[in-house]
Amino acid sequence: MGRLTEAAAAGGGASAARSAGPPPAPLPLSSTSPGCAAAMASSEEDGTNGGASEASEEREAVGKRRRLGLLATIWLTFYNIAMTAGWLVLAIAMVRFYMEKGTHKGLYKSIQKTLKFFQTFALLEIVHCLIGIVPTSVLVAGVQVSSRIFMVWLVTHSIKPIQNEESVVLFLVAWTVTEITRYSFYTFSLLDHLPYFIKWARYNFFIILYPVGVAGELLTIYAALPYVKKTGMFSIRLPNKYNVSFDYYYFLLITMASYIPCEYVSVSTLM
Amino acid sequence: APCQPLKVEILDAKTREKLCFLDKVEPQATIAEIKNLFTKTHPQWYPARQSLRLDPKGKSLKDEDVLQKLPVGTTATLYFRDLGAQISWVTVFLTEYAGPLFIYLLFYFRVPFIYGHKYDFTSSRHTVVHLACICHSFHYIKRLLETLFVHRFSHGTMPLRNIFKNCTYYWGFAAWMAYYINHPLYTPPTYGAQQVKLALAIFVICQLGNFSIHMALRDLRPAGSKTRKIPYPTKNPFTWLFLLVSCPNYTYEVGSWIGFAIMTQCLPVALFSLVGFTQMTIWAKGKHRSYLKEFRDYPPLRMPIIPFLL
Repeated sequence: MGRLTEAAAAGGGASAARSAGPPPAPLPLSSTSPGCAAAMASSEEDGTNGGASEASEEREAVGKRRRLGLLATIWLTFYNIAMTAGWLVLAIAMVRFYMEKGTHKGLYKSIQKTLKFFQTFALLEIVHCLIGIVPTSVLVAGVQVSSRIFMVWLVTHSIKPIQNEESVVLFLVAWTVTEITRYSFYTFSLLDHLPYFIKWARYNFFIILYPVGVAGELLTIYAALPYVKKTGMFSIRLPNKYNVSFDYYYFLLITMASYIPCEYVSVSTLM
Repeated sequence: APCQPLKVEILDAKTREKLCFLDKVEPQATIAEIKNLFTKTHPQWYPARQSLRLDPKGKSLKDEDVLQKLPVGTTATLYFRDLGAQISWVTVFLTEYAGPLFIYLLFYFRVPFIYGHKYDFTSSRHTVVHLACICHSFHYIKRLLETLFVHRFSHGTMPLRNIFKNCTYYWGFAAWMAYYINHPLYTPPTYGAQQVKLALAIFVICQLGNFSIHMALRDLRPAGSKTRKIPYPTKNPFTWLFLLVSCPNYTYEVGSWIGFAIMTQCLPVALFSLVGFTQMTIWAKGKHRSYLKEFRDYPPLRMPIIPFLL
């Protein structure tokens, strides 16, 4: 009985653990960057939401998978192969850099374009959920991808002084291994030929990768804090016409704090 | 044989374990009565948290359903699902609305430790700030009174966790909005008194509209009943919106908050309106769908929440 599913990030939303016989086709499991799917979610005003909805959603998801059109299958296969390749390229580039230079300093700079390309491209996964070719909820996929985009663009890219921190390499390694496992899992599932090792890896690697990734991300954000405070970047101060303010420094602090409850939610839905 | 007593067995929907066996149940017994009997043997599962159904994965039976009228034999097999701790709708509404009322006032009166100490208990020099406090307070007082005296709820209870979710939402946003509107560095609207007057008019009209709809909906349903009817416009012009939308109460609610946002020219208020609008649209679409399913003769011109559009 598969214990995990798409709820890597979110406790909220429809699905808890879906067992489902065949390995779930594209069910994203990001072993890092939980990102709480807080969101208000409906307080079900005229709620007829009962237990029945879960079961019917599961049946609906299985049905959707079975009816996956030819075009969708071809596209998803291509997409997953491309992403597997992309993250493999990234992994190899990282290894080569370290072997040639013997240091992690400058590593981010050398791989940043590839990282940004493939991680940003993953935004498509939200669209996949939206159009229903992937049975994951849009909210879950959205939260997962967003937390990655946040880490890449709003932290590592934007706060240059921390790019040579060891913690960056830490989460990059965790992400790389996770994504290669994940995308190859999806690829093989779509091709209906799933090697046992990939399946095993998918369900077990996260035990190590998840905490490693979280540690890398948290340490990186922590390292960035002094620079954010000093420069006041991404912040809006009062007074202004729209009577709003935003302090990126405190935002980062809150984000860091939210990792703990989010991790709890993610892990508890995985077990 | 209509008067022969039935037997009822209640099984756990997930484990199929036999939880309760009721000998000699009257055929005219309702599900509500059966729930009460079930509670006697399992006191931790009070009726509000019981979901009984004919099929483990099926829909919950209603409290009013009569045993005899269900497709059961001489022994009825019902499946039980625990809905979790429940809390009454009234309690949730009162709590989630009392919070913003109180919290906003804390900011309005500039209670210590919010703004700098030199601002403690000072008053804003902008008229619009005072107006905003009146509007915001009025809105939530209205909601509280409606909860106590106007609304007729279909369900008695909702899951307990909802109160935490809902209060976080309402109280959080109230604090966020109130912080800026009552801030010593608050900037009044760009177009001055004109903008404020127009926005206030929108707010007041929409509040009246929202109240009118609530009253109209209340009159649709006699006290203590759970009947459902198609709402129609009444003599009150505010209810004429029923011609175009299924849930004009939500339409007016969004309108009120848009008015408030324009009046205060405060981005957090606009965001609150947007989030509320999103949620209400989801509810309106659901309600619209139920209306369509339940009533064959439902007026085709109506949209869920925005006339002609959404």
